[in-house]
Amino acid sequence: MRSPRSFGVGGVPALSIQRRTLLKGMLGAGALAGLAGCGGGDGDGGGGGGGAVTFGSNWSDEVPKNAIAAMMKGFSGGEVSINTVDHNSFQENINNYLQGGPDDVFGWFAGYRMRFFAEQGLVGDISDVWSDIGSGFSEAMKQQSTGSDGKQYFVPLYYYPWAVFYRKSLWQERGYEPPATMDDLVALSKRMQGDGLAPIAFGDSDGWPAMGTFDYLNLRINGYDFHVELMAGEKPWNSPEVKAVFDAWRELLPYHQPDSLGRTWQEAAQSLLRKESGMYTIGMFMGQQFPEGAERDDLDFFPFPEIDPAIGTDAIEAPIDGFMMSARPRNEDDARELLRYLGTAAAGDAYLEVDPNNIGAHDDADTGGYNALQKKSQELVGAAKSISQFLDRDTRPDFASTVMIPSIQEFIRNPNDVDGLTKSIEDQKASIFGG
Amino acid sequence: MTTVHTRGRPVRPARVVLRVFLTVMALGWLFPIAWAVYNSLRDFDYTSVNGYFSFGGFTFDNYLEAWTRGNFGQTFYNTAVIVIPSVLITLLLASSVGFVLARFSFPFNLTLLALFTAANLLPQQALLVPLFRLFLNVELPYEVSDSGSLYDTYVAVIAVNIAFQTGFCTFVLSNYMKTLPKELTEAALVDGAGVLRQYWQVVLPLCRPALAALATLQITWVYNDFFWAVAFMRTGDKLPVTSSLQNLRGQFFTDYNLLSAGSVIVAIPTLVIFFLLQRHLRAGLTLGATKG
Amino acid sequence: MTRRQARRPKQVRTLSGIDRLTVVLMVAVPTLVVVGLVWGPALATVLLSFTDWNGIGNLADINMIGWENYQNATTNYPPFGPAVQHNVIWLVVFFFGPTLLGMVLAVMLDREIRGSRVYQSIFFMPVVLSLALVGFIWQLIYSRDQGLLNTVLGTDTDWFGDPDINLWAVLVAAGWRHTGYIMLLYLAGLKAVDPALREAAAVDGAGEVRTFLRVIWPVMRPVNIVILVITVIESLRAFDIAWVINKGRNGLELISTLVTQNVIGEASRVGFGSALATIMIAFSTVFIVIYLVQVMRERR
Repeated sequence: MRSPRSFGVGGVPALSIQRRTLLKGMLGAGALAGLAGCGGGDGDGGGGGGGAVTFGSNWSDEVPKNAIAAMMKGFSGGEVSINTVDHNSFQENINNYLQGGPDDVFGWFAGYRMRFFAEQGLVGDISDVWSDIGSGFSEAMKQQSTGSDGKQYFVPLYYYPWAVFYRKSLWQERGYEPPATMDDLVALSKRMQGDGLAPIAFGDSDGWPAMGTFDYLNLRINGYDFHVELMAGEKPWNSPEVKAVFDAWRELLPYHQPDSLGRTWQEAAQSLLRKESGMYTIGMFMGQQFPEGAERDDLDFFPFPEIDPAIGTDAIEAPIDGFMMSARPRNEDDARELLRYLGTAAAGDAYLEVDPNNIGAHDDADTGGYNALQKKSQELVGAAKSISQFLDRDTRPDFASTVMIPSIQEFIRNPNDVDGLTKSIEDQKASIFGG
Repeated sequence: MTTVHTRGRPVRPARVVLRVFLTVMALGWLFPIAWAVYNSLRDFDYTSVNGYFSFGGFTFDNYLEAWTRGNFGQTFYNTAVIVIPSVLITLLLASSVGFVLARFSFPFNLTLLALFTAANLLPQQALLVPLFRLFLNVELPYEVSDSGSLYDTYVAVIAVNIAFQTGFCTFVLSNYMKTLPKELTEAALVDGAGVLRQYWQVVLPLCRPALAALATLQITWVYNDFFWAVAFMRTGDKLPVTSSLQNLRGQFFTDYNLLSAGSVIVAIPTLVIFFLLQRHLRAGLTLGATKG
Repeated sequence: MTRRQARRPKQVRTLSGIDRLTVVLMVAVPTLVVVGLVWGPALATVLLSFTDWNGIGNLADINMIGWENYQNATTNYPPFGPAVQHNVIWLVVFFFGPTLLGMVLAVMLDREIRGSRVYQSIFFMPVVLSLALVGFIWQLIYSRDQGLLNTVLGTDTDWFGDPDINLWAVLVAAGWRHTGYIMLLYLAGLKAVDPALREAAAVDGAGEVRTFLRVIWPVMRPVNIVILVITVIESLRAFDIAWVINKGRNGLELISTLVTQNVIGEASRVGFGSALATIMIAFSTVFIVIYLVQVMRERR
């Protein structure tokens, strides 16, 4: 019965005396001593030995994985040993990962998801790196890289705006025009339905894609500041403002592809590709579902339409991905050196050359090689007054995944009980945010 | 086995019905696997245009691509590193407890059996967090473990698998050992054999059917585990073969044909082991004393 | 020493020092492993369920909050009710579907039928596949837009996405696997039935069905209990297949997936997740006790 006492000893702050004693106890018990000999060698697959700086990557898909490899090759300060874990598993086990002696540098997301780990002391302060690379980033980027204590913890690599995507060829053929307001959107949807299309592609099997629609409706109806306060838990979820968002969504739902809860966003994108649906509110990464060449070049987008003229459309959702340093890297000097490199325009360019489905975060990113979609995205974000991350990046992760995903799915299933739904969200929020 | 009860009766319609029933069931049972194999042999571009319910576009490329993209060479090796010691040690520990339980009548026998059998029945998720903490708190030098603790080592994964599987094996093995004639060990005693020799040289060899049956089941279970491996290891290159499938299920792109090919690759080793050890399966699993 | 042992072979007292040490080690090492890595953590989970721990940092940061997590789980967590309900449905369906079917198949195959072994292999085949793999294989059949079922039936049913249907669809897939497992276990049990019993029944002129019901079924009682308990536990532990399909949401909520959602990822509601886990352990314990009582009765 050793374990119940030991779990709390704490993996993060090293209380080494207790831990040593514990180890002896375990070995003395003989339970694990026997195993240690038979374990078949825990040889270092990730390459710990030597001076190589280690890099934990969740870019596990073929294209991004190659892009990361290309980028790391450009680092002159030594060897980088890359440890790739599939995106999903990496995310599901991030807590264990960060507490269990993570790689020196690893990939993660900006926003609350970054600040949360900074507050817990699980990631390293890299303000000194920022004093070198800071001049290359906009104030907005710096802000998104800063923890609640005012120090920097994050180096941005790229961002990808969310917008409403469509196929140019289909729209030309049918004479559709990008809608500027919600009324236009509804009118267009009705026309598309008449033409036998599912107006708005939709797939929420994974739970998060629909958050993009919620965010945009919220940003357009209540504005950016409200979004920030709502996500921070400062505004109640059963307020008239939030109900207005769900009400507006309910008006739009009939134009969304039906049965969305069993469809992955990839399958929804396929319907756009096959011209079975007319448009799709999704992030720019969607391009990867389109075969390279003519079909991918056929993609275009328009910003999510205006709902309240007083608020306009100057808030854009554009999540940022980038890098962080572990709290106590084994190879700290090289880790900082690597982050300095990752914060250069050259590093971002090397990545985007292989994976052109994003926009470089660096001010001096080489836009010469951008395709039309990338250029348009960059203009969209450049013109935006405020940039939000994403529902699951701007609020507490436990709230997003255990409350908001089921709640939004519940709403899609039964959009008619907004009062009950928002009350339930607010009640659960109280239990998570600590009332 | 059953020998007698059919004699002297003509072939009855009931027999025919039985055969038809079994055949239909068997075909239905095979179908999902056959369907996956069928689609694994087809080109993605062909099926995305013609749908899966079509004939054509045959290719073997999915297998080649799944093999390299899933990094199967490495992950199969990792799986072997986890499965082989897990199963061997599980059987060793379970048979030694089973032996004591079957050969001696200590007052604590029942408690012990309860302790072991029930352990196999607890839900995995319920134990995840404390186990992670436990491993994290066992400090190891960096030369042994990159993480400086038992976290991210095969030892952790193997140990948990052993702990979880020992219960069921103990139950089956002690039941099996009880069915062995007592005279055998008593004869060994007369020859002056110690407990260890009775266990190792007399009883264990007699348990071969049970050990083979359990090995089949254990290999399958440990092989198919993804939960523990991914919870206790952070190095992508150390993860077992179940992670390869996860790698093929892309974040941005999913190719069902490729995934089917990956699934078939993952399934083959367990199927082979099953066919090799199959004849022991039934003979070796002793669940309780049913002798009338 | 040997002489004395030979006279009273089953008496522990007469073991030599080395033998005694051997016996102690043979029991102690496995016991330590199981207690340390299963029972210890289980107890820890129960303790954690009374805290608000977020899974990070020291014991010092842990606040005891009494029954609050349990209160929240039962009153302020919408997926909880459906999850319990789904586990119960899972259990009932498993019992009346795959478990009974597996037993029937076993009884059918436990006789001289040509190709009995081939049938056994086919029915057992899904058991060697992981539930995650099973989930995927069935996705090819169930997928709304591209799956076989909708293509053949000409429907557009959202088998895995419609919360009124997906649990049943998943149960078919999970049952496909469970049936073979039960068949194997039951076959193994039937093997141990004394042939003399059947012979006697046959001589009495009893038909096969009657022989089974009157003679074999009563003898099989201990195995029946084992099968029942395994079905209950498999139903309670059901996890992988729902997780692989949609992380156990939207109609596929199970207690196990709720536990996992709360303790892994960034969602570090460890205290809350532990409360859910404890509820799960409590359910399991009821059946574990039934099981043990049976095992002990049989041992006597």
